[in-house]
Amino acid sequence: MDYATLLQVLDSTVRLATPLLLACLAGLFSERAGIVDIGLEGKMLAAAFFSAAVAAVTGSVWLGLLAGIAASLVMSGIHGLASITFRGNQLISGVAINFLASGITVLIAQDWFSQGGRTPSLMGGGRFESITLPFAEALSGVPIIGPLYYELISGHSILVYVAFLMVPLTWWILYRTRFGLRLRAVGEAPEAVDTAGVSVVGLRFAAIAICGLLCGLAGAYLATGLQAGFVREMTAGRGYIALAALIFAKWRPWYALYACLLFGLLQAVALRYQNIDLGGFIIPVQVMDALPYILTVVILAGFVGKAIPPRAGGEPYVKER
Amino acid sequence: MDKMPAWADAVLVPLISILLAAILSALVILAIGENPVEAFKLMVDGALMRSTGWGYTLYYTTNFIFTGLCVAVAFHAKMFNIGGEGQAMVGGLGVALACLFIPFPHWSVALLVATLAAAAFGAAWAFIPAWLQAKRGSHIVITTIMFNFIAAALLNYVLVNILRPVGAMEPATANFPAATSLPTFQDLFATPENPLFRGSPANVSFFLAVVACIAFWYLIWRTKLGYEIRAFGHSESAARYAGISPVRITVISMLISGGLAGMMALNTTMGEAERLVLNATEGAGFIGIAVALMGRSHPVGVFLAALLFGFLYQGGAELALWTSIPRELITVIQALVILFTGALDNMVRMPLEKLFVSLRRRSS
Repeated sequence: MDYATLLQVLDSTVRLATPLLLACLAGLFSERAGIVDIGLEGKMLAAAFFSAAVAAVTGSVWLGLLAGIAASLVMSGIHGLASITFRGNQLISGVAINFLASGITVLIAQDWFSQGGRTPSLMGGGRFESITLPFAEALSGVPIIGPLYYELISGHSILVYVAFLMVPLTWWILYRTRFGLRLRAVGEAPEAVDTAGVSVVGLRFAAIAICGLLCGLAGAYLATGLQAGFVREMTAGRGYIALAALIFAKWRPWYALYACLLFGLLQAVALRYQNIDLGGFIIPVQVMDALPYILTVVILAGFVGKAIPPRAGGEPYVKER
Repeated sequence: MDKMPAWADAVLVPLISILLAAILSALVILAIGENPVEAFKLMVDGALMRSTGWGYTLYYTTNFIFTGLCVAVAFHAKMFNIGGEGQAMVGGLGVALACLFIPFPHWSVALLVATLAAAAFGAAWAFIPAWLQAKRGSHIVITTIMFNFIAAALLNYVLVNILRPVGAMEPATANFPAATSLPTFQDLFATPENPLFRGSPANVSFFLAVVACIAFWYLIWRTKLGYEIRAFGHSESAARYAGISPVRITVISMLISGGLAGMMALNTTMGEAERLVLNATEGAGFIGIAVALMGRSHPVGVFLAALLFGFLYQGGAELALWTSIPRELITVIQALVILFTGALDNMVRMPLEKLFVSLRRRSS
């Protein structure tokens, strides 16, 4: 493989890792606060549709982004109502949200645009344009570093940079702020947080609101950055891969970045090379597709390191009296 | 603390939940500019007023009984098997291998062997997550989700690279031999004077599903194993204290669960398509969740809920055919049913409980 091809593969790795990373960090906030969220897929899908729909109607990608975030927040609100207020089963609520998003997006898309459940293709201001970083053009002639900077680091849309900046920000919020300390505590020992006089319900709702916000960004990036418009089921299991990445990362922000880059690389390689020929032995493309899931099962089984989830995850908090 | 009577918990709560889901669904139909009453009439017309409609409704019902029972068994052991979809896919592979490579003399023998193959393949696919949960503590929900995707990739590989006939473009197996063709309801019930179930895919596997319901009831409420599963589901620590092995119960209930999911493939693969295609499960594995929740993990409830979803599926197809409402309306209804009967259960139960307590106080 030559250098230019390598850069192209890495470039698509970054593009494909971005929605995973945003969704993964979204899940991280939620699960660290003790709310298991398998509805990441649905939130992303809802955000993807509403961002594309509003961007198509208004011609403004920023209004689209806001609409996407709003849709994702509504889904988060339903999840919160079910799993925090009414102490329902968080897993079942997540499943319901995935179905709701999968159905309602096509239903509304068909009603609004009548194009078989998709939105019109976005053009111009309806999409996130790629940003050329300073000196990228000037430096592109420099050997090795020039193309690296021009191809790989420059030339992405703003949401890609936001996603990567979210990693240190998430780390800082979780480990360096009072809010983060409480948020982690509420996922490990909610009764202790309650005893300290801090609202468990408030913290958990705050956590899933952040989760909704980040899923909104992820979905909007899919429909208005990575692609130009919404098509049905366009998240294509990315919410579940993000969930897998979250387990792979053992619920830590920096590891989440590495896990998402790894899974993004797998997707990029699978897209570019259908079957990989390793000197006579062929790895079929389906193996690359399944690899994130297989790796996650292996990690979960504790054969390679142990992934221990937040202790209070999945359990509704009932105040003792 | 005062509780409401058992009948209210078993019947009233799900009924009100479904009513809420129905009202919201009607609002959704209104919101996309259609008349919910007209839509409902069209669905009833298409699904229940003609024998062909019934044929389709019962065909879908068969799928949902199997996947509903699959989720229900796991629920009894307090596990959430979200992997019915993957287990059914792999079960389909078992059916296909049996039908393609064994020369069957008669469909009844074929059905028997294919049932065993489907159940064995589905159970095998459920075994790994079950064993991992029991022995290694990995969460069954997450592993079964992962196994759905792994099953999809596996099936894709097998259909594209191994079982696809030479020269064919579509990723599917060859057609099964004619001897494995299951009698449809049309073959069974229609006469020249009275044509019934014309062209509809309902077949004998429906009766297998009914048998599965009865066997399920007997297993859970009339056998030692069923008692152990229920005891384990109620309290793991108490069950362990009573000498019930958590590893054994976890693995066995998931094997039964996976086997039931796998048997769904009889209906779609052997009964309808008569070959294995990609995406043969059509999401029935997930609908099983709604069916089990609505049916309160009881075979009678599961049967009725499966019938309702069969009606919704066939009615939804009719809607998509005659109006501009897409089939995805059913997905929305399904989501609302799962939401209200599963996650927002307490929203209905809490006020009802209060009502019953206050009624009792007044009467005493």
